[in-house]
Amino acid sequence: MILVKGKKEVEERIESLASELLEKVKSEKSVAIIGIHTRGIPLASRIIEYIKPYIAVEKGQLDITFYRDDLSKIAPNPVVKATKLPPIDDKVVVLIDDVLYTGRTVRAALDELIDFGRPKKVYLVVLVDREERELPICADFIGFKIKVKKGEKIDVKFPETDGSETSIYIRR
Amino acid sequence: MWYKKDLLGIKELSQKEILTILDVAKNFKEVAARPIKKVPTLRGKTVINLFFEPSTRTRISFEIAAKRLSADSLNFSSSSSSLVKGETIIDTALTLEAMAPDIVIVRHSKVGIPHKLASILKSSVVNAGDGAHEHPTQALLDAFTILEHKGKIEGLSVAIIGDISHSRVVRSNIHLLTKLGAKVRVAGPLTLIPPGFEKLGVKICKSIQSAVEGCDVIMALRIQKERQGRVFIPSLEEYYEMFALTPQTLKYAKEDAIVMHPGPINRGVEISSEIADSPRSVILDQVSAGVAVRMAILYLLANVKEKQDG
Amino acid sequence: MDKFILKNGLVIDPLEGIHDKADIYVENGKVIKIAERITKRGVKQIDLDGLVVAPGFIDIHVHLREPGYEYKEDIESGLKAAIAGGFTTICCMPNTKPVNDNPYITEYIISRANKLKLAKVYPIGAITVRQEGKILTPMAQLKRAGVIAFSDDGFSVENSDLLLRAFQYSNHFNTVIIQHPEDNYLSNGGVMNEGEVSARLGMRGIPNIAEDVIIARDIMLADYAGSRYHVAHLSTKKGLELVKEAKKSNIKVTCEVTPHHLLLTDRSIEEYNFSTCVKMKPPLRTEKDRKALIEGLKDGTVDVIASDHAPHHKDEKELPFEDAPFGIVGLETTVSVLLDRLVREGIISLERLIELLSTNPAKILSLPGGTLKEGSVADITVIDPQREHTIDPKKFYSKGRSTPFAGWRVKGKVVMTIIEGRIVYADL
Repeated sequence: MILVKGKKEVEERIESLASELLEKVKSEKSVAIIGIHTRGIPLASRIIEYIKPYIAVEKGQLDITFYRDDLSKIAPNPVVKATKLPPIDDKVVVLIDDVLYTGRTVRAALDELIDFGRPKKVYLVVLVDREERELPICADFIGFKIKVKKGEKIDVKFPETDGSETSIYIRR
Repeated sequence: MWYKKDLLGIKELSQKEILTILDVAKNFKEVAARPIKKVPTLRGKTVINLFFEPSTRTRISFEIAAKRLSADSLNFSSSSSSLVKGETIIDTALTLEAMAPDIVIVRHSKVGIPHKLASILKSSVVNAGDGAHEHPTQALLDAFTILEHKGKIEGLSVAIIGDISHSRVVRSNIHLLTKLGAKVRVAGPLTLIPPGFEKLGVKICKSIQSAVEGCDVIMALRIQKERQGRVFIPSLEEYYEMFALTPQTLKYAKEDAIVMHPGPINRGVEISSEIADSPRSVILDQVSAGVAVRMAILYLLANVKEKQDG
Repeated sequence: MDKFILKNGLVIDPLEGIHDKADIYVENGKVIKIAERITKRGVKQIDLDGLVVAPGFIDIHVHLREPGYEYKEDIESGLKAAIAGGFTTICCMPNTKPVNDNPYITEYIISRANKLKLAKVYPIGAITVRQEGKILTPMAQLKRAGVIAFSDDGFSVENSDLLLRAFQYSNHFNTVIIQHPEDNYLSNGGVMNEGEVSARLGMRGIPNIAEDVIIARDIMLADYAGSRYHVAHLSTKKGLELVKEAKKSNIKVTCEVTPHHLLLTDRSIEEYNFSTCVKMKPPLRTEKDRKALIEGLKDGTVDVIASDHAPHHKDEKELPFEDAPFGIVGLETTVSVLLDRLVREGIISLERLIELLSTNPAKILSLPGGTLKEGSVADITVIDPQREHTIDPKKFYSKGRSTPFAGWRVKGKVVMTIIEGRIVYADL
């Protein structure tokens, strides 16, 4: 495992991401900020902390397992986490995930979201964009662009989910 | 991770596997509360309900479960008597196999049929009740309901009252509850408790009072009216007097004890209306739990992974 | 070939106390001479070095199904199975269609069997007309036609008075009454042994007492009538104790057990995944019962091992466990599984096995054979105790294929069957 971004750098970047997002949505009455399981959730809570003094925020979380398109290929983790969404009809919704790669997770998240209602607009925030998309999906706010070789993985860590300090690693 | 191709009985499940099913079922309970109660998880999968014994409730529960997972669900009903002559179970199984279903749900009045089909079919087989042997999804939904109300199963005292001999529900429940650490007592006419039953790890009680005393959960079983007047029960009136769940008999249980019944209930036979309609009764919760538990089972079986060596 | 010499075999005849490597000279269907070394010019010699030569095996509990159920088995397929399994003589039960309750059926079976020149057949006649438990059969006529014993196998004679009359009447011929011990009220619809396993599987059980009460009653009736009583396929510990006690009191009772009750228990129903190849009557019992039967083999309480060969059609045995008919085939598996699981494992001696399969059945039913004494009929079974093979029902001569022993790897096999000096089966 190679450390590519340390705690300070990641935390600063999350703050600036939050401020970019705030700039974009500050004219709204409220936004729904929805983290995608697993590490979209700690990322979302940091962004919420930053912007909630300025704008009304409703929290949500999404587990996309039931909407995956690759269940027959992978062994699903049988323990699916809870999906809890605020009302999203005619709302501005911000989807938050740690890494954007093939785009399939975001596709599933959008499908699931739409089964719950009809948002006015959906933004996508990711901490890392590792490119190599398989679907025509792009993020509105990107923390870092990190290119890795095939077979390598990007691991984002948060204290809440991983018990180690906020950081980004490349793993073979 | 889930490795079992089939769900044939609770006896074959480990404690961990039982807890996995119950955990996953929680998520599906949440799906039932969504505006759109359907997820695309099993799109393109085929589920056949193969019912050799009439059963509306269980079949509909499985059908809703499959549909909410976006699987295609089909019903094949046949009376078992027509299979005694002519087409054998194996013929039926091979006919089905030719249609390449992913999951086959089997209900049969005879013991061991789902097991036999599971050994022949490549598809996953779910036992929806075989004779008086097992009814694993019922036990799982019962456990789910108990967990919802009591928060745990370990350490609870559960009394099961009724026709023990002819009940598949009781057998699956005993396996499940004892695996999860509950203490199980059974009571019913002693003509309807088979010799050797205590070896299943339960206490046999001679009266309903001793069975429900201090209990957290009381399950009544359905009394088949046709057993009346044969050697088993002299009369239904006498059964009601001796074994029905009534406000009088429930006095002996814990104050917060819940009352369960696999349905359909016989008011005035095994349960009085006062109890069936009381807040203690969780019978309708059992029905909702049934859909969630069956969704969980379909979900796990449809995505079963071959166990890797080492 | 009306004369030959069986050379160098290990000859075992429990009746004569022979247990030696010896030659046997057979001529005109008789054992003429047994000696350490026999040579005769111009007589064919068959070398049996390393093999065991025993008096021909006798299975006193076989269902040949003919007449009436030829789709399950017929006399020819059944008798071919018998000789392939090492049996030179078999006794067939009367539950055919029509029932063997009159001399015409008896004569039919005997004449069919005689024409085939395979194993010898001694029919068992019904005790009651149509095995209905109501009217005694014409026992004297049946006896004259060739019946060797009486039984309503498949059913117990329920009416105690009627059975007592049968015992009394059988004294005219000094014939054995064989009873299938089962109280139908107590076994009421049961499909397997009653106990922990049936409680768990939710199938109706047949309790041991269904068997025990009939054995107890019958012993008392036989004692009262001074008659000979033989218990068919005894399967319970208590039943065996009853027989043992009766023998001590000099009551004329004998009993048989089957290979499956000696080797399997009711746990097999789960282990075989509800296969109907473990469904038979009496049902497979518990380990406690099984061990008691093994003890009975050792202490002499058990007189005979019989296969209870009960073939059914494949379609019938493919029904659900609870619906399928009771019964499995046994003629072609009995000797091999017993050699492997009882003799090779040192539970009983080879000599005792031969006593159970030949000496005693001949004695109880007064049948020719059961010995290799000079002058006796040349019914001979040759076995190779070392021959390893896998039991494969596809190779059976019997039309029935349902057996729990399918796929068993066993050591020990019948390699030659000789009936009245004719070699009818050889796999040397």
